[in-house]
Order: sequence, then C-alpha cells, then structure tokens
Amino acid sequence: MASLAVPKPPARTRRNLGGGVGPIGLGVASLWLSLIVLLPLAAVFTKSLEAGPAEFWDAITAPSARYALLLTTAISALVALINVVTGTLIAWVLVRDEFRGKSLVNAIIDLPFALPTIVASIVLLSLYGPRSPVGIHLYATKPAVIVALAFVTLPFVVRSVQPVLMEVDREAEQAAASLGASGWTTFRSIILPALYPALLGGAGLAFARAIGEFGSVVLIGGGIPRDTEVASQYIAKQIETDRPASAAAVSVTLLAISFVVLFAIRWFTKRKGVA
Amino acid sequence: MSTRIALRTAALGYLGVLVLVPLAMILYRTFEDGLVAFFQSVTTPAAISAISLSLTIVAIVVPLNVVFGLVTALALARGNFPGKGILQAVVDLPFAVSPVIVGVALILFWGNDGWLGGALPVIFSLPGMVLATVFVTLPFVVREVEPVLREIGTEQEEAASTLGASRWQTFWRITLPAIKVGVFYGVVLTVARSLGEFGALTVVAGGVAGESQTLTLLVHARYIDDHNTFGAYAASTVLMGLALVTLVLMALLERRREA
Repeated sequence: MASLAVPKPPARTRRNLGGGVGPIGLGVASLWLSLIVLLPLAAVFTKSLEAGPAEFWDAITAPSARYALLLTTAISALVALINVVTGTLIAWVLVRDEFRGKSLVNAIIDLPFALPTIVASIVLLSLYGPRSPVGIHLYATKPAVIVALAFVTLPFVVRSVQPVLMEVDREAEQAAASLGASGWTTFRSIILPALYPALLGGAGLAFARAIGEFGSVVLIGGGIPRDTEVASQYIAKQIETDRPASAAAVSVTLLAISFVVLFAIRWFTKRKGVA
Repeated sequence: MSTRIALRTAALGYLGVLVLVPLAMILYRTFEDGLVAFFQSVTTPAAISAISLSLTIVAIVVPLNVVFGLVTALALARGNFPGKGILQAVVDLPFAVSPVIVGVALILFWGNDGWLGGALPVIFSLPGMVLATVFVTLPFVVREVEPVLREIGTEQEEAASTLGASRWQTFWRITLPAIKVGVFYGVVLTVARSLGEFGALTVVAGGVAGESQTLTLLVHARYIDDHNTFGAYAASTVLMGLALVTLVLMALLERRREA
C-alpha cells in the first residue's frame, strides 16, 4: 500500500494513472507472494532432492508411500468419475426440472464448500460411523474415503455443468425429438457433446481437490497404512515422525500428479474448443 | 414424464444420502440432550480458548489478505509487466496445493531446520498458524476483485486525477467504492476458509488444548484423543452455524452483484 500513500507525484505518465500500484506496489505484491507461497514451496522441492534422486525414489516407493500414492490417485479418479455422473444428473435436474424447494436444493450444493473439512468428516461419521443409526458401518474402510471425497467435491461438476446446460440449444433437441430420437439419444448426441469441456473441467478440479484432501478423510478413513491411508495422511505422519525429506518427496509427487492432470485437461479443452 | 421423476428422485436421493441426512443426524446428536448440554460443551475453557484463537487468526488474516490482495489485484488488472503470467499462476497455486503440503512447506521454510533456520519463532505458534491460513486463503480477495477492476476500467479514475485528485483520494473515492462488493465477497470466503482450515494447522500448530488449538483442531482432539463424541459434535455444530452464516452472506452479496 506504500505506493498508494505517496502524496501527489508531481508528473505522472499516462500508464501509471488509474489506481495502478506502480513499481513499488508490484514489488510488494511479488515479495508477498514469494514469502507466503513460492519460497515455502521451493523449500519442499529442494528438501525432496537434498539427498539425491535415489533417496527421492526410495522415499516415494517405500511400501506404505507407494500404496498411499496409488490409492489416492485411484480413489480420486473414481470420485471424479462419480462426480461426472451425479454432477450431470444434479445439474440436469436443477436446470430442466421444476419442483418445490428447488432453490433450497440449489443452495445445498454449495454447502460442502462452506463446511470445514473436519466437520464433513464428523458429519459423515455420525451417520456411517461406529454408532450408525442405520447400521451402515464404513469407518476405516475404502468406501468411507470415497464417500468423504464425494462429499467435499460435490459442487465442482454441478457448478461447471449447470451454466452450460442453461445455454444449450433447445431447438436442436426438439428437432431431434420430433425426428423420433429417444430422450437418451438426444442427450447423448446433442447435449453431451456441448457439455464435454465443462465436464472435463469440473472433473479435473474435483480430482485435484480429492488428491490433496485431508480433513474430511482423517476421521472417517481411519488412516490405516496400506489400506485406507491417503497420501496427505502419510505426509502428515512423516512430519510427525520427523522424516521431513520423505514427507517432501511424497509432497512433490502428489503436487506433480495434480499439476499434470490439471494441465492435461486445460490442454485438452483448449484443443477441443478450437476444433 | 416418468423419466423426469426418476431423475429427480435419483438426484435428490444422492444429495440426501451424502449431505442432508448426515447433517440432520449431527444436529440431532448435538441437541438430543437439550440445549444446556450443548451450551456447556461449547463453553468449556478449552472450547472458549479454541473459539477465541480461531477468531484471532481470522482477525489477523483478513486485513492482511485485503491489503495485499488489493495491491496484487491492482497490479494484475492494471499493470503491464514481464512475468505477469507467472504472478497469475502463483496466485492460483494455493488452490492446487494440499493443505498438508502447505504445512510441510512452512516447516521446511520457517522451521528450525528450514531455509531460515528458525530465525523467527513461527512454527508451533500463532505466526505459523497465521501464515498457514494466509497461504490457503490468498487467492480469494485477488480473484474476486481483479475481474471487477477490469470491468470498471480506468476512465473515472483518470477523470478524477485530471481534476486534481491525488492517487490516494482517487483510490478511496473512486476505486474502492466500485470494488466494494468484490472485496466483501473475498472477505467472506476468507473468513469461512480461515475458520475451517485444518490440514495445514495440524502440521504447523502444536494443538495444545487451551493454547494452540483452534476450533477445527478441537473437534479432532475431542473425537480422537478424548473420545468425547458429543463434544466433537457440539463443536462441529458451532462451525456449521458459522458456515451457514457464510452461505447466507454469499447469497446476499450475489444478489447485490447481479442487481
């Protein structure tokens, strides 16, 4: 803010005009982002490679580490897939259907974003945990991890598909229907192609969120090594047991997986958009 | 039309099983022994101290994010400089980084064996918790304000400065009122996320009851360490109430933004 407080610079060029923060402001912003985000992350990278690539490889291929990374990736992909189906379904119902209380349902979609992740864990435990009133005991099982991740990623696909669905050309649909296409055929050949970029984008965000998720899984997942322990739990445990290099190596791997997926999806949707 | 009903039932069923019924269940468990039990559980010394620590963190994080968020948003929306793309990417980074990795990063940078060699006593204390929370909430204000800045353009500001207003006056009288709603929205998101942060704090905070334990850490400790399920439910309900306030505020701001 320092640059903003400078009283009346005598001569200003047009480019500096208009509330721009000038070089000092830019410096402040860069310094802030570096100190808060970039340098700490850089410290993770250097730590992971401090002892050389062989150590890095050993750290991420240690049995529990490898299992946690594979489990996290597989379950996150599955959860993204579940979201593609249920998210499209929910978005469809919210856009095309009319019923009482629809706006309330629409508001509920955002709840998982607003709720603290640890509360998500507790909430699911109260129904599917040891004292389950409906007799469903998911505590410390893989389905529990899936349910927790589906809970926290619920809004992504719904919110990316919903606006696109509103814009879809209804006339083409009606034409298809009048030519005798069934509802499913119309959906598959007219609506679905229009939804692809939004579906991919939403699924990608859900995947990236799921792969790093910790709070919602920590209570209900149980964190059993080589069974339900996800990568973020493994990393936290490595820090607790004072193995920072191993924690750093697994962290870097996890970051790499989510970046690769996010970039692949961005590249894919861009290419589709051009074609 | 029966497909329509089937689809509706499926969608509502999924939401019910995943979100609504669990939420109803936890509310029932919280209040099944009456309001007094709930009240007692959330006013124990540890709970009071957790609530006040959570609020303290919010009180420090929000102004930091507003000030630095505005500077960053202004630089990104108005500035024209080499490396702007990189700056844009860095702003979005916190969304893509697992909270636990945030904690690891802070320890490896600020901690005793970190880059700064523990020059500042950050880890396991309030500054560390603040840094972790700032990290995870950093994009909110920037990302809410930047598009508004682009939209309003610079004409009015230029007019003001032609008429002799200082930069500071222009900012207060012209720019700030125009981006007000965006800033509020960013603040609401920041508050919600700050109160709810858990993963980064478990790594960075000591989690000592009555000292370095936030509301989310209290929920965890009560459930895992104390086997106080009811206490965990009660503390969760407080957090849920705060989340609900957030949702309502967001809906109100959304309405204002559209108007």
